[in-house]
Amino acid sequence: MSEHHHKETFVTKYIFSQDHKMISKQFLVTGIFMGVIGVFMSMLFRLQIAWPEKSFTIIEAFLGPHQTDGVMSPDMYLALVTIHGTIMVFFVLTAGLSGTFSNLLIPLQIGARDMASGFINMLSYWLFFLSSIIMVISLFVEAGPASAGWTIYPPLSALPQAMSGSGLGMTLWLVSMAIFVASSLIGSLNYIVTILNLRTKGMKMTRMPLTMWAFLITAVIGVVSFPVLLSAALLLIFDRSFGTSFYLSDIFISGEVLHYQGGSPILFEHLFWFLGHPEVYIVLLPALGITSEIIATNSRKPIFGYRAMIGSIIAIAFLSTIVWGHHMFITGMNPFLGSVFTFTTLLIAIPSAVKAFNYITTLWKGNLQLNPAMLFSIGLVSTFVTGGLTGLVLGDSALDINVHDTYFVVAHFHLVMGVSAILGMFAGVYHWFPKMYGRMMNKTLGYWHFWLTLTAAYGVFFPMHFIGLAGLPRRYYTNTNFPLFDDLSDVNVVITMFAILGGLAQLLFLANFFISIYRGNKATQNPWKSNTLEWTTPVEHIHGNWPGKIPEVHRWAYDYSKVDANGEYIHGEDFVLQTTPLKDGEEPS
Amino acid sequence: MLALFYIFIAVAIGVSFWQITRILNFRSVIATDKDNNTQGKLFLVFMAVFYAMMIYCLIALNVIMLPESASIEGEHEDNLFNITYWLIGVVQFLVQFLIYYFTFKYRGKKENKALFYTDSHKLEMIWTLTPAVVLVVLISYGLWQWNNVMDLSNAENPLVIEVYSKQFKWEARYAGNDNALGRGNVNFIKGINTMGVDMTDLNAQDDKQVTEIHLPKGRKVIFKFRSQDVLHSAYMPHFRAQMNCVPGMVTQFGFTPKFTTEEMRQNEETIAKVAGINKIRKAKGEDPYKFDYLLLCNKICGASHYSMQMKIVVEEEDTFNEWLAEQPTLAEVIK
Repeated sequence: MSEHHHKETFVTKYIFSQDHKMISKQFLVTGIFMGVIGVFMSMLFRLQIAWPEKSFTIIEAFLGPHQTDGVMSPDMYLALVTIHGTIMVFFVLTAGLSGTFSNLLIPLQIGARDMASGFINMLSYWLFFLSSIIMVISLFVEAGPASAGWTIYPPLSALPQAMSGSGLGMTLWLVSMAIFVASSLIGSLNYIVTILNLRTKGMKMTRMPLTMWAFLITAVIGVVSFPVLLSAALLLIFDRSFGTSFYLSDIFISGEVLHYQGGSPILFEHLFWFLGHPEVYIVLLPALGITSEIIATNSRKPIFGYRAMIGSIIAIAFLSTIVWGHHMFITGMNPFLGSVFTFTTLLIAIPSAVKAFNYITTLWKGNLQLNPAMLFSIGLVSTFVTGGLTGLVLGDSALDINVHDTYFVVAHFHLVMGVSAILGMFAGVYHWFPKMYGRMMNKTLGYWHFWLTLTAAYGVFFPMHFIGLAGLPRRYYTNTNFPLFDDLSDVNVVITMFAILGGLAQLLFLANFFISIYRGNKATQNPWKSNTLEWTTPVEHIHGNWPGKIPEVHRWAYDYSKVDANGEYIHGEDFVLQTTPLKDGEEPS
Repeated sequence: MLALFYIFIAVAIGVSFWQITRILNFRSVIATDKDNNTQGKLFLVFMAVFYAMMIYCLIALNVIMLPESASIEGEHEDNLFNITYWLIGVVQFLVQFLIYYFTFKYRGKKENKALFYTDSHKLEMIWTLTPAVVLVVLISYGLWQWNNVMDLSNAENPLVIEVYSKQFKWEARYAGNDNALGRGNVNFIKGINTMGVDMTDLNAQDDKQVTEIHLPKGRKVIFKFRSQDVLHSAYMPHFRAQMNCVPGMVTQFGFTPKFTTEEMRQNEETIAKVAGINKIRKAKGEDPYKFDYLLLCNKICGASHYSMQMKIVVEEEDTFNEWLAEQPTLAEVIK
């Protein structure tokens, strides 16, 4: 194939680019921008939780004159938790994480010149951008943004009389999410088609790096479940604006009986969680894929149990689509369904355990290169285990009765999907930064960033389990109305302090990231001595990725430290590029 | 304007970072053996701090957790919880040790060689089957208990109480002598008929609407939940009981109170927790707190979600009967 030399203008190169590498950077920077908003919001509402109804100038400054004397109002508190959840789950950990790394790595690691459709890829980013803009605009609506929780259960989200955030703010939220789903869907289709069709010669499915498997399966889950969220959102728009009764029935509010008859809020919960639960894995699997790659590379060892890893990714993906009911044990759903969902939910523990142990065995007897990316990956394994274990409590319907919707849940899902996924995302950024920007990030700042982030994450979320076990419901503006919870105030203060530490630690990352783009040390072609194809491309980005022919692949991605019978490295070094042919007498691994 | 001030501060911090990084060597980008050594040791240090934190939380925060179950059905739940809690505790301590210790032990050195080790069916079978076996036990016990709690069809002579939720308060209605609740629907809400009871229904005549819930010790209670406006969740944490209140449908939950309020106040765990609470209240100059059972809302329902509550009193059967006899029937109240 010959090189294409398009005439590129500023607009086609940096804005409406169809090059997957540029699109991935666009996703990353937009994701970081949204992340800053989301994290900042959490710091604001943590102030309210630790020091209820206290006046803070920072609250007055950012939340406007409606917060009298710098005291956060209950409406504003709920708006903040709602938008924090929405932004972090969808805009940062779905688009920011999967969008960035699927785009960057899929063509590079399978050996393709670009995505199957560059145009659809571009469209996917710009729809995401549009939906981010709408979400940000919704923050400035007079009655406030959506505030019914990120799960937006009707009737609360359907009736403007029920709370101030359920007016225009909610409409914008729904429109933003509908566009987001469209973006995610066409993006995912593109990823699937590219991986299935555009692999280079020799790149069998069983030779692909685990990142590719993770991104492929993530995209499949997205295609299966996101449309259901879209329909849920559309039906809610109908109920809100056109008087239908999909989710509403028998409601008396603000002194009058509404006309809605025959709908059920439980229908919405089913539809929402049919996406909502797989969404956890849409967030988590890419992070686990990234981790697999980084742990193997930096351990200088093959990932342990490659096939078992693929098997568990597929098993997790399959199970993830039949466990949504565990969010609904006590919604009034038939108790028999609860039994079924308990069974399927707890099964997920098996492939998850396999993954965790395989990571640990990969570390065992390795020669660990403790780069910042490696630290974040190990941190991910740690938080994934801590958060995953409490899933055994929540997935068990009998135990869920008493901890459902308490802070125990908040602690659990933040550790297992929030913190783990964000650690995976950081790991990815540190690892592939040289591929994205041709420069390296500073390691000292990276180390500081890691240790402060991990300390803050555990400082915030470990004690939080106990607040949940004390019975404190989540989404309470303050618990001062219940003397029963007075003894939790000290713990809440400590948690808030760790939250602020964690938030501030991200400044180190931002500084490191943006300064390194311009001032970082120039990257070499294969700085981490990795096996995968992306490190065979030139440092300077070119259209089509490889200047000449796309290289052929001769082996799997994990021939690290492969030795011959005498204990010498077969190919002279502790890594072997996938493009290196087998030597005479060398067994394929 | 103040926001601008904060943004200015942020910019100033950014600029100072820029300056600091000029001094920092941006050439140092890939971990050297020295880094591996330092970071490997830091993992060990972090592990010590992490374990100390976990142990501290387990001991020091034990007192803030809910006291033992105040319902008979909740006993098995506490059992199952304790089993799960200790199980995940042990696994957590073991597995985290492996992660942090291996990172320290195998920190990279130039002269070291990693072991080329791709898979082992034996090992993988071990960590597939062990969790599977443990899960069979947990799932079986859990499902048995779930059916135990949720199946209300065999309850003998249960006391039927309707709990009605609305922004932002609870209301409750006893079924009266016939132990059958009269029909309810939002269309009947008018004046003092705040629960929307159909007064043409004969079952409704002897129903009793109350402002706090009283329960007899030792008798099975079945709650029927309705909601007037949005989703709420009736959460009675001390009884290990929770069920959502859904507009347009009736949901239910049942339990048998085990300790009267007075007995629960004498419970060791309760005493310890209340002592902790009162220490804090005293420091703030607030009145001492006396333990009471509570019904709280545990599903986001609007701005005042955080204040929606109702007191529950558990008493001996005769005291309860006396109390209930004193309450007027709906027929007497709603003419």
